Amino acid sequence: MSQRPALLLILLALPAGVVFLAFFLLPMARLVLIGASGEDGAAAYLSVLTTPRHLESMIATVLLSLAVTLAAVAVSTVAGVFLVRHRFPGRSTLVSLLTFPLAFPGVVIGFLVILLAGRQGLVGEVTKALTGDKMVFAYSMAGLFVGYLYFSIPRVILTVMAAAEKLDPSLEEAARSLGAPPWRVVADVILPALKPGLIASGAICFATSMGAFGTAFTLATNIDVLPMTIYTEFTLSANIAGAASLSVVLGLVTWAALALARNLSGSTVAAAG
Amino acid sequence: MMHNTLPEASEPMTAEKTAITLTDCGKTFADGTRALQPIDLAIAGGETVVLLGPSGCGKTTLLRIVAGLETPDAGGRVLFNGEDVTVRPIERREVGMVFQSYALFPNMSVRQNVAYGLKVRRVPREELTRRVDDALEMMQIAELAERRIGQLSGGQRQRVALARAIAVRPRILLLDEPLTALDALLRDRLRVEIDSLLRGLGITAVYVTHDQAEAMALGDRVVVMSAGQIEQIGPPRDIYHAPATDFVADFIGTVNRVPAAALAGWGDEVDGAVLFRPEDAEIVSGEGAHLRGRVASSLFLGDRTRLVLESDGLLPVVVDTRRRETIRIGEEIGIRLKPGHLIPLPSAGREGQTC
Amino acid sequence: MRRGKLFHLQLAFTLAVCTFLIVPVILSVLAGVTVNYFQGLSSGLTLRWLGEVWALYSETIFLSLLIAVVCLAVNLMIGVPAAYVLARKGGRLARALEEIIVLPIAIPGLAIALALIVTYGGFRDFRTGWSFILVGHVLYTLPFMVRSVLAVLHSVNFRELEESAASLGASFVQRFRDVILPNVKPGILAGSLMTFTLSIGEFNLTWMLHTPVTKTLPVGLADSYASMRLEVASAYTLIFFVMIVPLLIAMQAMSRRR
Repeated sequence: MSQRPALLLILLALPAGVVFLAFFLLPMARLVLIGASGEDGAAAYLSVLTTPRHLESMIATVLLSLAVTLAAVAVSTVAGVFLVRHRFPGRSTLVSLLTFPLAFPGVVIGFLVILLAGRQGLVGEVTKALTGDKMVFAYSMAGLFVGYLYFSIPRVILTVMAAAEKLDPSLEEAARSLGAPPWRVVADVILPALKPGLIASGAICFATSMGAFGTAFTLATNIDVLPMTIYTEFTLSANIAGAASLSVVLGLVTWAALALARNLSGSTVAAAG
Repeated sequence: MMHNTLPEASEPMTAEKTAITLTDCGKTFADGTRALQPIDLAIAGGETVVLLGPSGCGKTTLLRIVAGLETPDAGGRVLFNGEDVTVRPIERREVGMVFQSYALFPNMSVRQNVAYGLKVRRVPREELTRRVDDALEMMQIAELAERRIGQLSGGQRQRVALARAIAVRPRILLLDEPLTALDALLRDRLRVEIDSLLRGLGITAVYVTHDQAEAMALGDRVVVMSAGQIEQIGPPRDIYHAPATDFVADFIGTVNRVPAAALAGWGDEVDGAVLFRPEDAEIVSGEGAHLRGRVASSLFLGDRTRLVLESDGLLPVVVDTRRRETIRIGEEIGIRLKPGHLIPLPSAGREGQTC
Repeated sequence: MRRGKLFHLQLAFTLAVCTFLIVPVILSVLAGVTVNYFQGLSSGLTLRWLGEVWALYSETIFLSLLIAVVCLAVNLMIGVPAAYVLARKGGRLARALEEIIVLPIAIPGLAIALALIVTYGGFRDFRTGWSFILVGHVLYTLPFMVRSVLAVLHSVNFRELEESAASLGASFVQRFRDVILPNVKPGILAGSLMTFTLSIGEFNLTWMLHTPVTKTLPVGLADSYASMRLEVASAYTLIFFVMIVPLLIAMQAMSRRR
C-alpha cells in the first residue's frame, strides 16, 4: 500500500520535474557559468559595481523601482481599502476597471504612455491648449515611471483588496467602541493588519519593475534601465558573458527582494504575475 | 402590555448608573431584510439584561443598535439616562464591548490592548498604567501583560477582551456571545466569573447569547427573541416557569404537551392541553398514576436519568428522574404530576410582544 | 451609513486612478479607427487600418493563439499532477520544490531567455522553431497553474475526501478522476485562463526567443510601434485588446465567484 502510491507520485511529478530541470535549472546554471567566462572571469559579477555605465543603470533601475513601488502601494491602498469598505452603485465596475489591465504586456503599456504623454499625446495637447507649451515626458524617466505605475496598480490593488477583505470587521468595531476616531482606526488597526499584504505586494511590484523590459523597449530613447542595458550588451555589443552576468545579478536582486518580503511579512509572498 | 416592569429586588439606582431606553427601534438592512421589528425596551441602571434567542432572531442587531454600530430605522430612538444618543457613533457613546471573536488587536501586546481605550482618551501616563494594572488584576491576567495575542489560549483571550472593555470604565458593558467560542468547561468557569464581575462593577450590561443556561445564570432579566420580535421579557424564573408564548415554552428547556383528557381523573377539571417540565413528573408505581407509558429510551445523565415514555395516541413524554434503580426499556411505568407545577398555557397570540 | 467628506474624497481619488488606467486605452482604440489621428476624429472613422494590420500581421495572431493553446495543454498535463504531488507530500521538501517552481516569476524573463539561448541556441532547428518560444511560455506560466491548483487543493481538504473515497474502495485512478479533479476544477479553470492570457501577452521572453519567422502578437506589436504609423499601431493594439479583454473579464468573473 505504501510502496505504490510513492511510485505513482513520482510518476505524476516527473514530467514537470524534467521540463524544469532541462529548461530552467540547467540553463540557469549555464548562464551563471557563462557570466564568468568573459575576459574578467568571475569578476564580471562585480561589473555592475565597477563599470560606471552598469552601476548607473543599476542605481537608476533600483530608484525607479522603489519610487514606483511606493507610489503604487500608496495609491492602491487608498483605492483598495475604500472599495472594500464601501458598497455603492457602480462599485463593481470600478473594481473591474482597476484590475483589468492586469495582463497587458509591457510593450502595450509603453505604447499607451506614448499616446498619453508622447509627441502627439493627450497631455501634450491639453497643456498646449492651456499654457501654450507642449508637455512631452513619455520618453524620459517620468514616462517610464507612469508606465510602470500603470502595470503595477492592478496587481497591488488586487492584493490589497484581498487582504482588506480578510480583515475581521469586529477589530475595527472594537477600536471604535474604545473611543478611537476614524483616523486612529486606520492607523492603529487597519494599516497594521494590512502590513503583511502591503509588504508582499510591494515586493512583487519592486521585482516586476526591476525586470520589466517591454515598456522601456517601446519608450526606447536613451533610458538605461538594467534590462535595456542587458539587451544592448547582448544584441549590439554581442557581449554575451556581460549580458549573462548582469542577468544573473538582476535575477538575484529580484529574488532577494521577494525572499526578504516573505521573511518580513511572515507569509507566502504570492507573486501575482 | 409590556412585561418589562423593573425587577423588585433591583439594586439601589445611583446617578452614575446608566439606564437604557429604546423606543420604536427597528432595523431594515439595505437589501430589504427586516432584522428587527420596531420594539421598545427599558433597561434600568445597573441591571444585567440578557438577549436570548436562536441565530437570526435579531438579538445581535438590537445589541449593535445600543452600541451605536447600527442606527435604528427612522423613528427609533436610543436614550442613555434620558439623553438621546441615537445618532451618536459608538466611539463617543462610552460603552465597553466584548466581541464573540474577541477582536483583540494582533499588532499589540496584552497590555497595549488593554491600554488602547485609555490612550485614545489621552489619560495621563501614570493613571493609565494604574488603571491597566487594575483591569489586568481584576481579570487575573497580570502575568500575561507582555504577551502577544497569538500566544494566548481562548480563555485568556476572553479575559483580555473583558479587561480591555472595562479598563475605560464604560457607562454600559455590551457582550456579544462572549463565551460561544470556548469549550464547555471553560465556558462554565468564565460564566461564573463574568457573573461576579458584573455584580462587582454594578454596571448596566447587555449580554447576547443563544445559550439558555447562560441566560438563566447571568440575567437579572431575560429578553427572549425570535424572528425580530420580543417574545417575552422577565426574570429567568418567570421565563422558565411561566413562558408567555409557545415559542418561549419550546425554546427554553424541554416541555411536554399532553391533552388533559389523556390524564386519569383530569379531563373534567382542565380543558385542552397540559404542559409540564420533565423534572416535574414523578414516577409512581401502581396506583395514583396520571399517565402510563412504555419506556422507549433511557439516558443516564449522571445527576439524573432522562426517560422517554410512549403511550398510545400521544406525543412522546420526557421525564427526568433521580432514582438510582435502573428502569429498563420496554418497562411500563406510571407518572404523576403536581398540579402546582404545571406551566400555565401560553396564550395563542404573543402576549409578551411589544408594539 | 453616513457618508462624509472623507468618503467623497476617496471616491474622487479612486475615480482619478480609474481614469488614469482607462483613458490611454480609449485613446488607443480611437486612434485605431480614425482616418488621421493628428487631425482628430473630425477626419472620420475607418476600418482601413484594421485591414492593413490584418494583411501585415495576421500570422502573428495565429501563432500566438497556437502557442497559447499548446502551452495550456502542456500546463494541464504536467502542472496539475505536479500541484497534486506538492499538496500531497507537504513538508519541507515539497515547500522547497514549490519555491523552485515559482522561481520563473521572481527571475526576470530576460534572464531566463538568455539562459535558454546560451544553452539551446546551438540546436538550430529547435532555436528557429516556435517550440523554442513555447518552452519559455511554459516555464513562465507553469507557476501560475501550479499555484492556482495548489490553492484550491489546500482549501478543499482533499486528503480527507481522498481517504473517504479510498475507504469506499476507490482505486488511485478512480479517486483522482472522480474526487480530486472535480473538486479542483475551479483552480484548474482559473489557472487555465491565467496561463492562456499570460501566454498571449508574453513579451519579455518572447522578444529574445523569436526569429523573423516566429513572430507572436506582442512581438508584432513592438515591431509596429517602432516602424508603423500611429493609426496602424493603434489598430493592431485594438485587435490585441479584443483578444485579451474577454479573457480578463472571464478571469474576473471566476475570481468573484470563488
